[in-house]
Amino acid sequence: MATKSDMTKKAPGKRGRPPKPVLNDKPDIDQLRELYHQMMLIRRFEEKAGQLYGMGQIGGFCHLYIGQEAVVVGMQSVAESQDSVVTSYRDHGHMLACGMDAGGVMAELTGRKDGYSRGKGGSMHMFSREKNFYGGHGIVAAQVPIGAGLAFAHKFKGDDGVNMAYLGDGAANQGQVYETFNMAALWSLPVIFVIENNQYGMGTSVSRAAAGLDLADRGKAYGIPGKQADGMDVLAVRAAGEEALAHCRSGKGPYILEMKTYRYRGHSMSDPAKYRTRDEVDAMRKQHDPIEQLRDIMLREGIDEAALKEIDSSVKSVVGQAADFALESPEPDVSELYTDILIEDQPAG
Amino acid sequence: MSIEIKMPALSPTMSEGRLSKWLISSGDTVSSGDVIAEIETDKATMEVEAADDGIVGEIVIAEGTDNVAVGAVIAVLLEEEGEALPERSATLQAPAEASLSVAADVVAPAPAGLPAAQIAQAIIGESDWTGPTKTLTVREALRDAMAEEMRIDDRVFIMGEEVAEYQGAYKVTQGLLDEFSDKRVIDTPITEHGFAGLGVGAAFGELRPVVEFMTFNFSMQAIDHIINSAAKTLYMSGGQMGCPIVFRGPNGAASRVAAQHSQCYASWYAHCPGLKVVSPWSAADAKGLLKAAIRDPNPVIFLENEVMYGQSFEVPDTDDWVVPIGKAKIVRHGTDVTISAFSIMVGKALDAAEKLAEQGISAEVIDLRSLRPLDTETLLTSVKKTGRLVSCEEGFPFAGIGAELSMTVMEGAFDYLDAPVMRVAGEDVPMPYAANLEALALPQVDTIVTAAQSACFRSKGV
Repeated sequence: MATKSDMTKKAPGKRGRPPKPVLNDKPDIDQLRELYHQMMLIRRFEEKAGQLYGMGQIGGFCHLYIGQEAVVVGMQSVAESQDSVVTSYRDHGHMLACGMDAGGVMAELTGRKDGYSRGKGGSMHMFSREKNFYGGHGIVAAQVPIGAGLAFAHKFKGDDGVNMAYLGDGAANQGQVYETFNMAALWSLPVIFVIENNQYGMGTSVSRAAAGLDLADRGKAYGIPGKQADGMDVLAVRAAGEEALAHCRSGKGPYILEMKTYRYRGHSMSDPAKYRTRDEVDAMRKQHDPIEQLRDIMLREGIDEAALKEIDSSVKSVVGQAADFALESPEPDVSELYTDILIEDQPAG
Repeated sequence: MSIEIKMPALSPTMSEGRLSKWLISSGDTVSSGDVIAEIETDKATMEVEAADDGIVGEIVIAEGTDNVAVGAVIAVLLEEEGEALPERSATLQAPAEASLSVAADVVAPAPAGLPAAQIAQAIIGESDWTGPTKTLTVREALRDAMAEEMRIDDRVFIMGEEVAEYQGAYKVTQGLLDEFSDKRVIDTPITEHGFAGLGVGAAFGELRPVVEFMTFNFSMQAIDHIINSAAKTLYMSGGQMGCPIVFRGPNGAASRVAAQHSQCYASWYAHCPGLKVVSPWSAADAKGLLKAAIRDPNPVIFLENEVMYGQSFEVPDTDDWVVPIGKAKIVRHGTDVTISAFSIMVGKALDAAEKLAEQGISAEVIDLRSLRPLDTETLLTSVKKTGRLVSCEEGFPFAGIGAELSMTVMEGAFDYLDAPVMRVAGEDVPMPYAANLEALALPQVDTIVTAAQSACFRSKGV
């Protein structure tokens, strides 16, 4: 039910979702373009966020998604409009992939009144009911049972929706994840647990944190099917996502996807990432970069450099405008300190 | 030698029960372990086994008898056939007498049922209700509230441990599964953290979850979702994401269940902005406030009390009895001292007021009902009149509700105070198991009387 505040406080800006893909089919040229556009938007957005952080315009924690773009872009490219998304604090890419406005997200990062949470949430806490994006959660793995709850609501309402609950390899060790696996399987909830295994939970590598390295198998005890996919290959992500979505939508219950991916930056802006070598990062960038890989495919498919450059420059312009918007937007009015603590209006009836 | 079979206590808070069926009759031979009777408590029907071998000499309390006190002799076993019955049993004819005669040598748990005076008191202040009332237990009132709200809003569902097929660990959800099916009355695994988070997600997904904790002690497993996910998201989302959810269940000390199962969470949850916290005493308030909580667009912590579940009150006989959250209620008018309380302590405060009246002290008793938002207006108006406040709660004193009330009075009625604010609270110790220590750890009627006397600069007996 939409509350009064939902209706009066529209999220800033609107962008359409990526075009609906043709299931079980190789993406066509337009779809490839859109995937490239989405990944590039996230890449440039995050680079800009990193710059603004360095300039002191963004405060607190800021977790960048650079390197992992193929995961959320691939998954969301096969989602339907009724599907819902919930994720952790590394959430900027997810919001953009859900079609949220880059200016609104960036203005939240700068803590301004035109941000999605009107400057009161920050990097880790943004939401858009309009785009079915339910956050943005700062507590590791808290989004997992919340995602199952959204899936419960999809099933209860019979709206044919599936929830995509994104979590990291670090979160995959949290107890509440297994409480959730149990309930999701028990009640056949339509939820995909997308484990973005970027190899490090902050500074601790998966091999030092996880007993049993195949996170896709973590649902075996509950009878939840799991599959690994190359999270640096957006087409592989799409294919895995289609399969998982079909499973969930047909009423067969939850599904686990382990996306093998990599973050190029530190855990947060304050992480110098001394726990891995420069060579390791460079090798991933050079050999597995999700955007470069897709670029090669597109060139082979006959899209010329000029067309790609056009996308690049349009993205650059969107991100530049988002940054300008985020810096020009005023700080929230001081009266905002005391608003939105409780919904005061009792609904009628 | 004859052996007396006594009415057993089948739960920590049971004080009486119904002897629903005898499976033996006079002259039967029984062996230890045989099922001899069925007893119905307010929670369940239980079988009673013989603890000794013998021959049934006499059935003292007939089947179908209600309100048989725990400890009352219900039958007598003889060790040998033809043995004479002990003299005392011959005098025990009426069940009522039987329960009275043994009451003295039984360590009595909290008395069940309220004195008539208290029931009458509970209706005072319900001045906006002039229609008919019916007598309901707190348990029934809570169940009715949920059932009524589920009938008018198909987004409302209840989930928790044993809420469905078992009919509720404390029978609060009795009958709901039959009426609303397993789509809306959902048994969960014993995973509080997970199902609290799942409930929050369902609330984000535009449903209206009522999440039952078997007791609030277990909510500590889930407190991250209650605070970080439910309470804060509206603010963090700039007003976009409300979380209409009720977390409810018994709170505070039950009886003889020791430290991990006897704790009041009122001040824990009242501490946090973004939550509403309610803790009713009477059945009418339990019903009206639970209906308000389910309709509320915010997360509401609804603190019940196991000892109160079986107590009866008059409740307005309507399916639209809604008590607004955030309003205290004056349950006894007085002029000399204000006594504030919530939940089970309201009954104790009323008993204390009665004793104080005998000593010429006129106490005004306020049932806070809501702890957040707190009805400071009612509190301050009363304190300005009486000049004195005694705050009562079962929880720990340190940083408790009393501390908050004291500060509220300092900020809002300092000039009116004639005496320092007095605090009656549980002792600052984990709850002990031993009966005598447990009684010492919990605030009693006399503790309140003494505090009120002290606030009025009167010592006992003066």
